[in-house]
Amino acid sequence: MNANPEMMAAGTAPARNGIVMDCQLEKVFYGDFLAVRDSKVPIEKNKITGFIGPSGCGKSTVLRSLNRMNDLIPIFRFQGKVSYHGQDIYDKKVDPVVVRRYIGMVFQQPNPFAMSIYDNVAFGLRLNGFKGNLDERVEKALQGAACWNEVKDKLKNSGLSLSGGQQQRLCIARAIATEPDVLLMDEPCSALDPIATRRVEELMIELKDKYTIALVTHNMQQAMRVADTTAFFGVDISQGSRTGYLVEMGPTKKIFEEPEQELTRQYVRGEFS
Amino acid sequence: MSVPELTVESNIRNLEAVPRSLPSLHRAPLEMRALKSGFLSVLTWIAALLASVPLFSVIYELVVAGGSRLSWETLTALPPSAFDLGGGFGNAIVGTLVMVGIATLISVPIGILAAVYLAILDPDSKLAHTVRFLAKVLTGFPSILAGVFVYAVMVVTMKTYSALAGGVALAVLMLPTVVLAAEQAMAMVPKKMKDAAFGMGCTRTQVILKVVLPTGASGILTGVMLAIAGAAGNSAPLLFTALFSDYYLRSLTEPTASLAILIFNFSGMPYENQIQLAWAASLVLVLIVLVFNILARIIGRQKY
Repeated sequence: MNANPEMMAAGTAPARNGIVMDCQLEKVFYGDFLAVRDSKVPIEKNKITGFIGPSGCGKSTVLRSLNRMNDLIPIFRFQGKVSYHGQDIYDKKVDPVVVRRYIGMVFQQPNPFAMSIYDNVAFGLRLNGFKGNLDERVEKALQGAACWNEVKDKLKNSGLSLSGGQQQRLCIARAIATEPDVLLMDEPCSALDPIATRRVEELMIELKDKYTIALVTHNMQQAMRVADTTAFFGVDISQGSRTGYLVEMGPTKKIFEEPEQELTRQYVRGEFS
Repeated sequence: MSVPELTVESNIRNLEAVPRSLPSLHRAPLEMRALKSGFLSVLTWIAALLASVPLFSVIYELVVAGGSRLSWETLTALPPSAFDLGGGFGNAIVGTLVMVGIATLISVPIGILAAVYLAILDPDSKLAHTVRFLAKVLTGFPSILAGVFVYAVMVVTMKTYSALAGGVALAVLMLPTVVLAAEQAMAMVPKKMKDAAFGMGCTRTQVILKVVLPTGASGILTGVMLAIAGAAGNSAPLLFTALFSDYYLRSLTEPTASLAILIFNFSGMPYENQIQLAWAASLVLVLIVLVFNILARIIGRQKY
């Protein structure tokens, strides 16, 4: 595994798990605009890695670089390496479509398909030509996403008929149905009310037993509640444009209580946002 | 007055802008703006009624004038000659259905594929802008020109009027409607749904086939039905392409009867029998379009 020596030095973390994804981002461009630079973000197995930082700091861009979602934007350009179990997912031989099947994603807006609840969850399994017991896997995924009891009697109803919080949990069920290795969550609670948010947070903590999670959040309390490791991104405006970069990364407790960088301290105290 | 700052007097004292005397909050139905609002509401109401008058009067007229001649004979028999009594337009019904069928088989696949290009593959390319513009121009295209065009391309080269030529002429008219409606329907599929599909590891083809087309299906179908309804009732493009025939269709490469042309021919004749048949054929044409629309609504109902 590609453990990052710098991080080892900074961390006071208890026994470190293996690194599932090691993002060694050098530069990310949208056209000529340098959006993010110099961010080394190792993602540990069975942990929740939270990405925090002010808006425009590139935390979502970094997250979306981890499953090559950004490739859908034609002007996006990535320099660096993201090694996933030792393979660079930006290698020319790598098919981004295959990458996304192993690294699932949950989006900011709940986005179920206009299909039944069942079909939503079965979507990825069918896509991958799953031959086993579909009903069983759908139930398992819905249970895993803590929404089985609410939807078990209406699996044929539209996924869009659910409430926002239920839709988001349905999307999580859809993402975990194929049992991906890593789940990327891009501000999954920002469109939810506080009660639904709390349920999704509890769910994330349950999910980390089986999955590795990277979570972008604009909500510092959320990072404190759920993240094991936190990466703080800042915005560099010294070159005349706004470029995001990793300021510091470490165990969540350390980032919030005794960060090494002054910028981090100011941010977690709420002095800017 | 336990909470004095909430009384009217103290509020008025606090806020300079509030008038000294409390205004009346009662309705004043005879005030100028109330009268104006009432008048305009009634006006829109009358306009809405007026807009539906033509449709209802046409349907009423068709039922009254054509309904009495509707029978099994009119639906199946061949058209009568000049002084004959009885007869019908079975061949015209078959001809219309066949030619609209041919036109649908041509225009729907091309139209949907073109719409996929316009809505998803390359919406901002020069080609897309050109195609979109041309399709919009073509929707307002005089239908007789489609007939003349297909006459030149097919009738002249094949040396015969035919159902095939008629179908192609109708397809030319249907195509822009199908393209624009299907593009609209696909463009309305939310981006977040496409993102979700890409995020699941779909290829672009899978995103289109599994998410965009099913989600947009009901809108696409509505557009197709609209195009079919327009084509079924159009007579001008068939004048130069399918012409007419007094017999049932035997091959796609011979002149073919259609309801629209039959109505056109018979309504101008000085014989009572033919004029009655023209009315009955008009009613049948409207009913066919209606049935197709109802079917489309049932099949294409937004399921989720």
